[in-house]
Amino acid sequence: MISDTALDHLQRIVGEPDFTGTRYEPLSVLGRGGIGTVYLARDSVLDREVAVKVLDSLVGDQALAGHLQQEARILARLEHPGVVPVHDFGRLADGRLFYAMKRVRGQRLDRWAATADPHARLAVFLRMCDAVAFAHAHGVIHRDLKPENVMVGEFGEVLVLDWGIAGFVVGTPCYMAPEQRRSDTTVDERADIHALGAILAGLVDGPKALIAIAAKAQSIEPRDRYQHVLELSADVARFMSGFAVRAHAETVVDRIARLGRRYRVPIGLVLAYLVMRLLLIWTLRV
Amino acid sequence: MPRMRGFPTTRYSIVTASASDNADVRRPAFDALVTAYWKPVFKYVRVKWQASPDEAADLTQAFFLRAFEKDFFGAFDAHQARFRTYLRTCLDGFVANARKAEGRLKRGGHLQIIQLAVDAAERELQRLAPNAIDDVDAYFHREWLRTLFATAIARFREHCAARDRARRFTIFERYDLPEDEECRPTYAELAVALGLAVTDVTNELAAARREFRRLVLNVLREQCASDEEFHAEARAFMRSAP
Repeated sequence: MISDTALDHLQRIVGEPDFTGTRYEPLSVLGRGGIGTVYLARDSVLDREVAVKVLDSLVGDQALAGHLQQEARILARLEHPGVVPVHDFGRLADGRLFYAMKRVRGQRLDRWAATADPHARLAVFLRMCDAVAFAHAHGVIHRDLKPENVMVGEFGEVLVLDWGIAGFVVGTPCYMAPEQRRSDTTVDERADIHALGAILAGLVDGPKALIAIAAKAQSIEPRDRYQHVLELSADVARFMSGFAVRAHAETVVDRIARLGRRYRVPIGLVLAYLVMRLLLIWTLRV
Repeated sequence: MPRMRGFPTTRYSIVTASASDNADVRRPAFDALVTAYWKPVFKYVRVKWQASPDEAADLTQAFFLRAFEKDFFGAFDAHQARFRTYLRTCLDGFVANARKAEGRLKRGGHLQIIQLAVDAAERELQRLAPNAIDDVDAYFHREWLRTLFATAIARFREHCAARDRARRFTIFERYDLPEDEECRPTYAELAVALGLAVTDVTNELAAARREFRRLVLNVLREQCASDEEFHAEARAFMRSAP
């Protein structure tokens, strides 16, 4: 009888991808996705660490093989600082397809945001928008944008991951646009805008203008959302610069408060000048 | 890109063949099916249905006998479930009915399906700590997996013997099959014991694992009714590796 220890061991060696004959030496498992497992591996030719995604399937499983190939091609097409570059694509000795990509170092957006200041969070959000806008310009819709799929590096660099379902009607419920749940509706770039709105809502807890931007991006009807990612990011950028945003109709009080924030330095200087002037007059009188 | 090799090319399935109209095809396929499943079935009946060893042996024999006579497995639809799940559902229904009609159970009957080595299976069961099984479904799956690997190991032994590769099997057996982690030798220890260089040991082991993986997938393929089921099983197999 095969012991439990031997059984576990055999299951592991049969399940492990066979990297024999490739330039990659697996070091550990980084994570498991819907169709594959991502390994940290050493590229023995260039002597560097890379991430290798291996399909959890056999070569005969054409549907999934096509899926991984499409994912790799999408990544290869999107040459942008916000998208992980693909280095290699091939087949292992055991028949499994794989692609190698840059090893991403950093933190998931949600974990990173827990300790980041509000301005830094918005700056990262804008970089994320840039990557998604770039993909849209190349005809690629992500369809599963969520904090777990965004990595923030040590120097604030942003990488949008997991383009594996671009082209497939799936997603993550919390971030999924209503039309993605309906099989009879064509999904376009505005589905990603909905997800970006949900991410923005999770990154901020005010003020009203930012909440309004997030709400507009998450409108139930796609026509009520921003029509392009750059419109969304422009509104966030306007907020960061202290300008009125398109998504929010200001009251007089809101406007005064905003102008107060925007011109706080000159207003502070003028107030300081007036105080000093008053003090001087008062001193001279005494 | 390395050439793809060692991939199961056979499309033979003991599940579909066991439902064949041709008796010459059906009987050996059914025997193979019983060989693959009798031990998980016996242990499952012992554990889930709290049957005594003798009753479990009778129920196991009678279940496969009835399955053969009534062509249980011919009704299997690969689109509905995995074969393993279907078999367990049939088994639960069969045992429940047999318990209701106690005394009328066809004990062995006129057709001896297979000689069950129940004593060995019972000894394996007795090695388990009391209350060690808290999920009988998972237990059935694990016992099925154990039988599947045992079949693949036996084929690998024959494969190596037929090709004068006894050394390869020895290295595989000593490194990958010890009962406990503490008994697993290092590559260096194995090299000294077999009078080989360490690189020879690692190369032989890599080749052995490649061949063994191919044989495991072949056995798995035989036990699936369709390509879809095979792909799903193989995918689950890879993802569930500890």
